[in-house]
Amino acid sequence: MARTLINVPKTAKRGQVIEIKTLISHPMETGFRPDRSGKLVPRDIINKFVCTYNDVEVFRADLHPAIAANPFISFSTVATESGTLAFTWTDDAGKIYAEKANIVVE
Amino acid sequence: MGRHFRIVERTLRAVIFPIVVVATPAFAAEIPPSEKRSGYFFMSRETQAMQDDLTANPGMLSVLDGEALWSRKAGAADRACADCHGDASASMKGVAARYPAFDATRGRPINLDQRINSCRAERQQATPLPYESKDLLALSAYVATQSRGMPVTPPDDPRLERFREAGRAFYEVRQGQLNLACGHCHDDNWGKRLAGALIPQAHPNGYPIYRLEWQSVGSLQRRLRNCLIGMRAEHFDYGAPEYVDLELYLAWRGRGLPVEAPAVRP
Amino acid sequence: MTDRTHSSRTSRRRFLAGAGALAGGLGLALRIRPADATPEAMAEAIKQVVGQAKLQQGKIKLELPPLVENGNTVPLTVSVESPMTEAAHVRRIHLFNEKNPQPYVATFHLGPRSGRSSVSARLRLADSQHVVAIAELSDGSLWTTRVHVVVTIAACLEEIG
Repeated sequence: MARTLINVPKTAKRGQVIEIKTLISHPMETGFRPDRSGKLVPRDIINKFVCTYNDVEVFRADLHPAIAANPFISFSTVATESGTLAFTWTDDAGKIYAEKANIVVE
Repeated sequence: MGRHFRIVERTLRAVIFPIVVVATPAFAAEIPPSEKRSGYFFMSRETQAMQDDLTANPGMLSVLDGEALWSRKAGAADRACADCHGDASASMKGVAARYPAFDATRGRPINLDQRINSCRAERQQATPLPYESKDLLALSAYVATQSRGMPVTPPDDPRLERFREAGRAFYEVRQGQLNLACGHCHDDNWGKRLAGALIPQAHPNGYPIYRLEWQSVGSLQRRLRNCLIGMRAEHFDYGAPEYVDLELYLAWRGRGLPVEAPAVRP
Repeated sequence: MTDRTHSSRTSRRRFLAGAGALAGGLGLALRIRPADATPEAMAEAIKQVVGQAKLQQGKIKLELPPLVENGNTVPLTVSVESPMTEAAHVRRIHLFNEKNPQPYVATFHLGPRSGRSSVSARLRLADSQHVVAIAELSDGSLWTTRVHVVVTIAACLEEIG
């Protein structure tokens, strides 16, 4: 399981726009880098990131090799109701890394 | 002993340093305290921001890994760091700020990575972690960050003196194909540019750092090795006493600067 | 403190070998660039994504440092003037580059639940170049901007491994 760091406010007022910061450890190997023998290291990146809010998608990112290693993505969403923000990162092999954060909206 | 100008120095000055450098046998004296600056000050605003925001600092991923390892039982003794040291934010506060420190068993100074491995071998009866391994860097980052904000405070221990002087001698000797000493860049030309990069003063207060060039966290030894390779000088294996002596000297030279681990550096 | 040198005199040839090695070391850091990493490739990629639609200047802002110390991690923030309501919002933001081996960077999918249209990420840029951003609004209009970034690299490089 890759290490992740998520920053979501614990509470918010209804209708408030909140900023969400996400960081995940991943080499984002571009596929263009030669190793010591001169052979290209195969591509291995996270190509998709999705955030759902109580199961409704509120943000999605399609990522390419030009995104830096240990991808950082920060975006915003409207605090509509209390519940769960779920984050998934998908890599080229189809592997999914998942995290959750709860929010209380008054 | 006369210092005659050599072709290499004239070419160096013309090619590498944008400003004429007078090649004197001794450097300017130690950087005066009022001019002592962490590598932080030589970075762009954006990179500084990356370091300051602990919710976005990539080094924090390593710190989080270290936090998990701190509580994980290991070795034949089936013991976690936490079992002896409890809450790291209390027990490890100030520790990284005073390393390298003297180790009576070895009769010489050791750095934080070596201290962690000593504990693993002796108290946990676990195999030491390889230098620059993900786990050792994570534990080192986790322990070091407990001193974040505190001044680098080398121990006032007379047993360290001759090792610190050995470190100083290494810092001041000309080495390698480019015939440069550390001080030529970091005492005489800090703040100026070398091939487009700003030269910092070479203080150890940020380590272990997330280096943008490495795209990962790395130790001070990795950086020293990197420098020696760049200078086309002989470099040593990880754990070499030459590195620890130099780290000891650099800690003294950078004393008073705040620990910034995990720092971000270009 | 003594000044011990490895040899009493460094010949010009040895220095050039050393400098060449340093320069060669610099070469190691540059990612290989296949023939299609060009502004033309970027233009083609943009056409693939937006088709024949007209790209207008304005509304979209791209914040990137004009000069970066290391191309491996370049912070970027893109934002669009938009009320982000059901009636008028940003649907997608596309990012492109012109000198990396391939021209795509990312596509961000937004909507009325976003609140704001600002997204931040970190890119890697292989060389000094332009980064282009295109916003697709809910009314179908497209807005674009570009920023030039100068990328410097580390002076002293580690050999691979």
